[in-house]
Amino acid sequence: MAAPKPRVKVPKKASQGEVITIKTLISHPMESGQRKDKKTGELIPRKIINKFSCEFNGQVVFSCDLDPAVSANPYMEFSAKVNEPGTFKFTWVDDDGSVYETEKKITIE
Amino acid sequence: MTITRRQALGLTAGAAAFLTFAPRISFAATAETDAAIKAFTGGATPTEGTVSLDTPEIAENGNTVPVGVTVDSPMTPDSYVESVLILADGNPSPAVATFHFTAMSGAAEAKTRIRLAKTQNVVAVAKMNDGSTFMDTKEVKVTIGGCGG
Repeated sequence: MAAPKPRVKVPKKASQGEVITIKTLISHPMESGQRKDKKTGELIPRKIINKFSCEFNGQVVFSCDLDPAVSANPYMEFSAKVNEPGTFKFTWVDDDGSVYETEKKITIE
Repeated sequence: MTITRRQALGLTAGAAAFLTFAPRISFAATAETDAAIKAFTGGATPTEGTVSLDTPEIAENGNTVPVGVTVDSPMTPDSYVESVLILADGNPSPAVATFHFTAMSGAAEAKTRIRLAKTQNVVAVAKMNDGSTFMDTKEVKVTIGGCGG
């Protein structure tokens, strides 16, 4: 399987104190561990992203614990209040311990 | 939206199956959901209101059901929503996701997409920083179940 590709939508600039909306999507199968292989009849092992978090300049803005009931290619939409220019850091943690990261900068106009 | 003949047949069959099995399944699931809510709130029974769930009434595909949650809160460092627990009481395991907000979130709103195995209730429980809890329940009708099926 190809490495999960995170996609994030953050406005490039905002006015000070503005509440912006952030949309994120990562390609991932989110195998629930309850599905059976149709050919062999065996359970497909669980593989889900169990944690997602968003930090702004090192401070946590939003985080989320995910369970197998979250759809494949997990989508997250949330908001953040911007008081200063800086960098948003997004982190996804997989069951096997892999961590997928991406960053986005924002400026204040 | 117009409903085609095929969809109408599917809806009828789904409704019939649901009615047949509903009492047994929903009882078991509700006990598990209650336990999850109790564990989240620390034993307290959440009150209605303040938190609102945004779900479709009918989801044609249970594999990706858009779910949004909004909590009425000023989101200041003194008064904000700590976390919101989402449960689906008819899934093999009711836990769906837990959102954790901070004062930097600006607004207590989040959206995601979830799997629903069949027609069931989706529950949102919000916990404030002062320890009070609120909940909201919405029924979602699912025509094609998710979770592999």
